[in-house]
Amino acid sequence: MGETMGIRTWIESWPVYRQITGDDRSGRAAAAKSPHSRNLRARTATADRVVKSVCPFCAVGCGQNIYVRDDEVIQIEGDPDSPISRGRLCPKGAATLQLTTGPSRRHTVLYRPPHGRDWQELDLDTAMEMVADRVVRTRRETWQHEYDGLRVARTMGIASLGGAALDNEENYLIKKLMTALGVVQVENQARVCHSSTVAGLGTSFGRGGATTFMQDQQNSDCIVIEGSNYAEAHPVGFQWVMEAKARGAVVIHVDPRFSRTSALADLHVPIRAGTDIAFLGGIINHVISDEKYFRDYLLAFTNAASIVNEDFRDTEDLDGLFSGFSEEERVYDTHTWRYEGVDVAAAAGNRDQRYEERVKDAPSSRRSGRPEQQGAGGVAIGGDPREDPTLTHPRCVFQILKRHYARYTPETVEEVCGIPRDMFLRVCGHLTENSGRDRTSTFCYAVGWTQHTVGAQYIRAASILQLLLGNIGRPGGGIQALRGHASIQGSSDIPTLYNLLPGYIPMPHAREEQTLDDFIAVGAARKGFWSYMKAYTVSLLKSWWGDEATPENDFCFDYLPRLTGSHSAYDIVMEQMRGQCKGYFLMGENPAVGSANARVQRLGMANLDWLVVRDFSLVESATWWKDGPEIDSGELRTEDIGTEVFFFPAASHTEKSGTFTNTNRTLQWHDRAVPPRGDARSDLWFMYHLGRIIRERLAGSTDPADRPIQALTWDYPLDEEGEPSADAVLSEINGHDAEGRHLSTSTQLRDDGSTACGCWIYCGVYTDGVNQAARRRPASEQDWIASEWAWTWPANRHILYNRASADPDGNPWSPRKALVWWDAERARWTGHDVPDFQVGKAPDYRPPEGAKSVDALSGTDAFIMQSDGKGWLYAPAGLNDGPMPTHYEPQDTPFRNLLYSRQRNPARLTYPGENNRYHPDPETAGADVFPYVVTTYRLTEHFTAGGMSRWTPYLSELQPEFFCEVSPELAAERGLSHGGWATVVTARNAIEARVLITDRMAPLRIHGRTAHQIGLPYHWGDNGYSVGDAGNELSSIVLDANVHIQETKALTADIRPGRRPRGAARTELVRTYRQRAGITDKTGMEV
Amino acid sequence: MAIDEQPADPTAAGPGGGPPRMGFFTDTSVCIGCKACEVACKEWNMIPEDGLDFTGMSFDNSGGLGADTWRHVAFIEQRAPLGFQETGVGRPEREPVDLGMPSFERPGDSTGADERGDFRWLMSSDVCKHCTSAACLDVCPTGSLFRTEYGTVVVQEDICNGCGYCVPACPYGVIDQRKGDGRAWKCTLCYDRLGDGLEPACSKACPTDSIQFGDLDELRQRADERLGTLHEAGVSSARLYGEDPDDGVDGTGAFFLLLDEPEVYGLPPDPVVTTRDLPSMWTYAGAAALTLLAGVGAAFFGRRR
Amino acid sequence: MNTSDVTKQGVRGARPGREAVTGSAAVAGGDRRGRRRRGERAVVPEAEFRSYYGKPILNQIVWQAPDIAGYLFLGGLAGASSTLAAGAELTGRPALARALKYTALGGISGSLAALVHDLGRPARFLNMLRVFRPTSPMSVGSWLLVGYGPLAGAAAVTGATGLFPRIGRAATLGAGLAGPAVACYTAPLVCDTAVPSWHEGYREMPFVFVGSAAAAAGGMGMLAAPVEQAAPARRTAVIGSVLETAAATYMERRMGMVAEPYRQGRGGALMRVAKALTLAGAAGALLGHRSRALSAASGAALLAGSACTRFGVFWAGVQSAGEPKYTVVPQRRRLEKRRADGHGEPGGS
Ligand SMILES: Nc1nc2c(c(=O)[nH]1)N[C@H]1C(S)=C(S)[C@@H](COP(=O)(O)OP(=O)(O)OC[C@H]3O[C@@H](n4cnc5c(=O)[nH]c(N)nc54)[C@H](O)[C@@H]3O)O[C@H]1N2
Ligand SMILES: Nc1nc2c(c(=O)[nH]1)N[C@H]1C(S)=C(S)[C@@H](COP(=O)(O)OP(=O)(O)OC[C@H]3O[C@@H](n4cnc5c(=O)[nH]c(N)nc54)[C@H](O)[C@@H]3O)O[C@H]1N2
Ligand code: SF4
Ligand code: SF4
Ligand code: SF4
Ligand code: SF4
Ligand code: SF4
Ligand SMILES: [Mo]
Repeated sequence: MGETMGIRTWIESWPVYRQITGDDRSGRAAAAKSPHSRNLRARTATADRVVKSVCPFCAVGCGQNIYVRDDEVIQIEGDPDSPISRGRLCPKGAATLQLTTGPSRRHTVLYRPPHGRDWQELDLDTAMEMVADRVVRTRRETWQHEYDGLRVARTMGIASLGGAALDNEENYLIKKLMTALGVVQVENQARVCHSSTVAGLGTSFGRGGATTFMQDQQNSDCIVIEGSNYAEAHPVGFQWVMEAKARGAVVIHVDPRFSRTSALADLHVPIRAGTDIAFLGGIINHVISDEKYFRDYLLAFTNAASIVNEDFRDTEDLDGLFSGFSEEERVYDTHTWRYEGVDVAAAAGNRDQRYEERVKDAPSSRRSGRPEQQGAGGVAIGGDPREDPTLTHPRCVFQILKRHYARYTPETVEEVCGIPRDMFLRVCGHLTENSGRDRTSTFCYAVGWTQHTVGAQYIRAASILQLLLGNIGRPGGGIQALRGHASIQGSSDIPTLYNLLPGYIPMPHAREEQTLDDFIAVGAARKGFWSYMKAYTVSLLKSWWGDEATPENDFCFDYLPRLTGSHSAYDIVMEQMRGQCKGYFLMGENPAVGSANARVQRLGMANLDWLVVRDFSLVESATWWKDGPEIDSGELRTEDIGTEVFFFPAASHTEKSGTFTNTNRTLQWHDRAVPPRGDARSDLWFMYHLGRIIRERLAGSTDPADRPIQALTWDYPLDEEGEPSADAVLSEINGHDAEGRHLSTSTQLRDDGSTACGCWIYCGVYTDGVNQAARRRPASEQDWIASEWAWTWPANRHILYNRASADPDGNPWSPRKALVWWDAERARWTGHDVPDFQVGKAPDYRPPEGAKSVDALSGTDAFIMQSDGKGWLYAPAGLNDGPMPTHYEPQDTPFRNLLYSRQRNPARLTYPGENNRYHPDPETAGADVFPYVVTTYRLTEHFTAGGMSRWTPYLSELQPEFFCEVSPELAAERGLSHGGWATVVTARNAIEARVLITDRMAPLRIHGRTAHQIGLPYHWGDNGYSVGDAGNELSSIVLDANVHIQETKALTADIRPGRRPRGAARTELVRTYRQRAGITDKTGMEV
Repeated sequence: MAIDEQPADPTAAGPGGGPPRMGFFTDTSVCIGCKACEVACKEWNMIPEDGLDFTGMSFDNSGGLGADTWRHVAFIEQRAPLGFQETGVGRPEREPVDLGMPSFERPGDSTGADERGDFRWLMSSDVCKHCTSAACLDVCPTGSLFRTEYGTVVVQEDICNGCGYCVPACPYGVIDQRKGDGRAWKCTLCYDRLGDGLEPACSKACPTDSIQFGDLDELRQRADERLGTLHEAGVSSARLYGEDPDDGVDGTGAFFLLLDEPEVYGLPPDPVVTTRDLPSMWTYAGAAALTLLAGVGAAFFGRRR
Repeated sequence: MNTSDVTKQGVRGARPGREAVTGSAAVAGGDRRGRRRRGERAVVPEAEFRSYYGKPILNQIVWQAPDIAGYLFLGGLAGASSTLAAGAELTGRPALARALKYTALGGISGSLAALVHDLGRPARFLNMLRVFRPTSPMSVGSWLLVGYGPLAGAAAVTGATGLFPRIGRAATLGAGLAGPAVACYTAPLVCDTAVPSWHEGYREMPFVFVGSAAAAAGGMGMLAAPVEQAAPARRTAVIGSVLETAAATYMERRMGMVAEPYRQGRGGALMRVAKALTLAGAAGALLGHRSRALSAASGAALLAGSACTRFGVFWAGVQSAGEPKYTVVPQRRRLEKRRADGHGEPGGS
């Protein structure tokens, strides 16, 4: 019976039977369905839980849903609720499952003893103890109580690099612990990535973050993408450009290369790399001379009318120099740049004098990256500038600007940038027609602008233009600085940067800032929100040193180590080369590939006593001692290298909780989905336990140098696995009052020690004791601003300076561009976004005589972080290389500066040395040895130095090899063949790449000569699945004067067919090139 | 012979008021060539990695569809205009040259925009067409390939015996056999996801909605409108591919808006499902069989030795 | 200009990003100055043939040549052998019949083995019988073999053992009748693909295949049977050779450019060798009916010729699938013709 039943079901399950008996006679549909197909389910539907997360790659910050079954991540997909990404992901985001669960991740600690030939395994606890030992020892051995007779209380023996890929909470602990240890050399990708943004936007508007958010681009009438490869580097954000385009907006892409962004743009304008100031200056000139500026806006919100000091001299007068330049020191004394009768950087006149005296003999302090403090507040100036509302006074900003840019004509643009006149005028046309009362245009840029010796000034140029056109603070307007890593904005806000404390409070400088009062006097503004600097600083000190911080001891202000100059990422390398810096933490950064002059980065590391690398896999920065290029060339021998190396596997974003701050300034919380496996730990775990062990070691010390570490607040709840609570860290960052209640806004901060706050600009992220960054109200239930999705600094405002979206009377400039407006009945500002203004301050408010601080801001001072409340067309202070952007050629360039006899930015920072040679001046002997312009950039398929993409097969296969892009014309000139190999050579190194010959690279006509450009995506290195030479072998270390960002976007090189030589022959090739070009330590060093 | 008898009609709702036919409209005019679709598909379907192969074909290093690539993004660089787009990188005009053939005038050499040449970069994400008349399905001897209730064409991994017949049958070069595994694989239109009410992984990821998933009738309507818009805007090269139910495969379940001839994207210009000729093939075969029978029979006539 | 507004009430007039049109800026921006005089126009005068970096349109045939060409050859040999064997049995030529029955069984077994060997998952070969798909020649063929195989087997086994003579005779006749089907279903099998040089030959291919099968079976008869009994085999061989050669020649002539693979490369070489062997074998069959050696040599030539034909056809298919022009050009011409006839290109402009 059972038997026949069995046979029967067997027969019935036979498709032929089903064919005969059912509808599907031909057996092509239902009858053929298999048991597997019948039981098919989406594996996401079988998940035990769905965890809300954020993509760990780039700063778009796409929402992710992580599906977990049996404590395994089984799928990662876009979160459709996210107002930023709407469920979409780019290939990197889509590959996060493979990134986090794939076989390339390491799960054991590795150790390389000094001179060792290979790795050894080490257990985690032992490794932690060993690292703690080394920190304590090196710190002791290298402790500097004083430097040059000034108290510094620090160590230069230890440095830390990395943070942009980490959570804010992790960066917070790094900065907190390192600072308490007296380590000032704390840096992260923000330096090499967008530091110039902070200075550029900060001095212009008062905050260093993007003035708008990506989603608002949908409201633009014209979008100019310049210095960014938006569609490739921020693919999911690009949907908002498409959104605007669908509604009729014009999209313009200005880029040396025709990229995937250009393919979707209406107008692609090829430009010679390194000449954007000439181009933007040309537009500024066009706007001013054709009177296309938005006059009402200009008068209401900018410093166009302010009168400048009569001692000021422009580059027009001094042939490429502004007044105040010292040829020997190569720095500007900026006091002639000031407004007439207004002091810089001092609240009171006498302090100002003292400040000036001090600064005079201390160029080092002008080199200490101060302009980056403009990240959250404008430059401090005292007094009210005189104004000429008719804009005719010869020394008013507007007239100065007009004169400064008068020579930036369409012809100049054509000659310098290689952009034909008609094309240039077309850009001007689109931009001016789509700006003004009824229309708004936006600029999107990224590192095509930042990474130049004039990086900050590029951004200033766009800021000036946008102010002239009246596009800041308005819907569809603004400047979107497209940030890099998932939390690079966060790692500037909560800075693992040497020159900043959380919230862009500067690190105190030994020379001027020994006491808290001096510090505040130098840094605080008289007017605007930055006048509360003391409250911010004291609250920070309270959160770090708790009860120990009292008014009597200056709230432990002395516990902060002091700067004496630039200690930036590149200075750290120099310290390593000099043998001063002995211990190095790499926490999620790969300088052996990603930093300029990769070779110097490795040589620096080879000079260390110890190196700690925390990463997912064995990146180049962890293994250079056994397989780096210098080992291959014989310059270094493994057994000679004394560096002790620790490798700690890092936990991925799915394995830890915390917040990332994306390019919209939005803090998005991601929840841990699963615990990390093996020895992998979060960076929060690492920092916390490292701090714990060191504190235990030093607990009994009586050395005053150890007091900051002993007194440090370091109690965070741990879970069973010893993981500290990121939530508790975020809560500390948010801050609380004396009763321990969470604060909800930075205006609650006090300078009397009654409040504690780890980062004043993040105050409010934990309002009411609720983690606001974890809010996930679906986009579909909100307007485009989506204010209930996560939390955006400052104070959940999405479009900064949005007071400027209304006219001086408080009405929207246009009914089609309404954002916030004055509601006279309710006597408050209202609208779609949170007003970036005091809500109750009427448009007609005028400060009474002698008003201070925020009360001194009038009802039209839309730029509330600026000390004069204005958007700065002209920066009377705050920048080290000029009050207005001026075209200089890059360090290495084949062309003379057509505008001035000063070839390069005179204030740039150079690091001449055997391993960092520069190229000859154009039109001098040897100049033609490196005849081509090289620019470096990104591909959609890879991520930065490759640590997260070259190990990921799904991404590697999409761009499997390092290549260079050249035009057919250049290929013919140099005999390069498509798909073959080419060797690219500079005075630094020689690399090889496959050749892609493409029309997308167009030769340009510059100064009547042909300029060829070579494109190099910089993602490759020797380790991983997809391997290749690193583009940064070619670049040199030469830095911008304000924030010390390197020039990796415009260099020169030679290119020749064939693969590069191996072994020692490679160095030999470079040597012959140097010889041919006649390169010495003086080359390229001209002012 | 039951060839003319259609299988469960893919164009209509399934038996018992099943779901409507689902498909893709891939609008290549908004594709940014990011390849998210390729990766999302691989992640979801846990497809093996396809090997590192630098092809030199613009930014396409996948090469084409196959057993381990179910979405493939094509990249085409052309000296041709796209609507009123201005690129500034076109070479001066002259008789048409193929890409890669150097021409020695620099863009901008000649004055004025009018004399500069044109350039455009086309990107297009290709996928299985889920043909209404699907050759792969027709020829599959095991029933591994079958038509689902959504009108899609799916390979069943527990059935396929790797006979390889479907591979040359597909007129688009979609389905392929996986080395080492032996079975044939291709896009399933995320059959497993559809069952749970989810959108396919590739279209979900697509940052610009270049891949649109939905009810096929609706998509066809949307595509017609889109074509009109593009033509109006001067993008006269826009055309639909595969949306016509009267074409050689009776229309596809995944159709495209292209900006050049299909073959430029590696697609056949006028594919016909091979089984359309099958009745005729059998007729000829029958005649040949009879010929053989007759021939052999004839051989027995005549002299015995 | 953006046609959507941010009013006090919110965003009005939004449109989804997928409606974006690249290159419409000049129009949308109202910037007539900048407007190009033409926008798109018919691009380059159309080349005869364009493709995607010269990549094939079709995925290459995954079958292995020895397996599948062998399968085609052995199947054909078996089928025609069965038919010839049945004739021999009916006409009282036992030696010829026996040899051909063995050949049929051996052939069909080899053919099946080759097929199974070629499967990516040989263990699943029984799945061939999971469905009956009239649209699939391979499915039809599988079922055909289910019928034919046992008949051929029974015919051979009974012939060898002398057991169950009546069953044996019935099986022999059954197999003989099924034989032509077995010999020719492989023609639709290969033609029912998108491979241009196969599909386009679907009218003639069955004749090529049965001709080739007949030549092979005849050749086998000549090789294995004494000359006295081999006359039908010789005649079959000649008929088959003529049929094959004529059909192949006609096919190539009619197919136009997609016949090129039958003339070029490995496919072309094999086809030429096949033709030479077949014609030589046929000549031998005509002339050599007295000489056992010549007969055997001719038979072997015929067998080899038949095998070469199948390998030639196979490689021609591979070559045509690997070249995009064989896919594109005929289709493009078809389209042009349809357009000229006023049907227009679907969706075209
Ligand atoms: N897929 C992907 N996405 C990423 C990253 C990644 O590695 N891969 N990295 C992330 C990070 S860290 C960052 S900082 C961002 C960077 O994002 P982007 O800045 O967009 O990235 P890049 O490709 O480096 O540079 C942008 C463009 O600048 C152009 N360019 C170079 N020099 C000049 C110049 O002098 N002037 C002008 N106008 N343009 C120039 C280059 O050709 C390039 O197209 O992307 C983030 N997103
Ligand atoms: N020539 C040239 N050089 C450039 C640029 C350029 O455009 N051209 N761009 C510059 C820019 S903008 C940047 S941002 C840099 C980037 O350069 P890097 O920051 O050096 O490059 P990444 O590969 O992003 O390195 C980050 C590392 O962090 C690891 N990681 C990720 N998440 C975590 C985590 O949670 N914990 C830990 N411990 N590790 C983690 C990753 O695996 C990866 O190896 O490169 C710069 N260099
Ligand atoms: S890499 Fe950037 S754009 Fe891509 S998914 Fe992640 S956050 Fe989004
Ligand atoms: S495109 Fe090919 S694989 Fe896809 S359904 Fe049609 S015939 Fe089958
Ligand atoms: S390979 Fe698999 S799917 Fe393709 S026809 Fe054969 S059994 Fe069907
Ligand atoms: S529908 Fe699914 S299987 Fe098909 S290409 Fe898209 S993701 Fe891959
Ligand atoms: S995901 Fe969308 S935009 Fe990206 S390549 Fe695929 S189809 Fe194009
Ligand atoms: Mo970056």
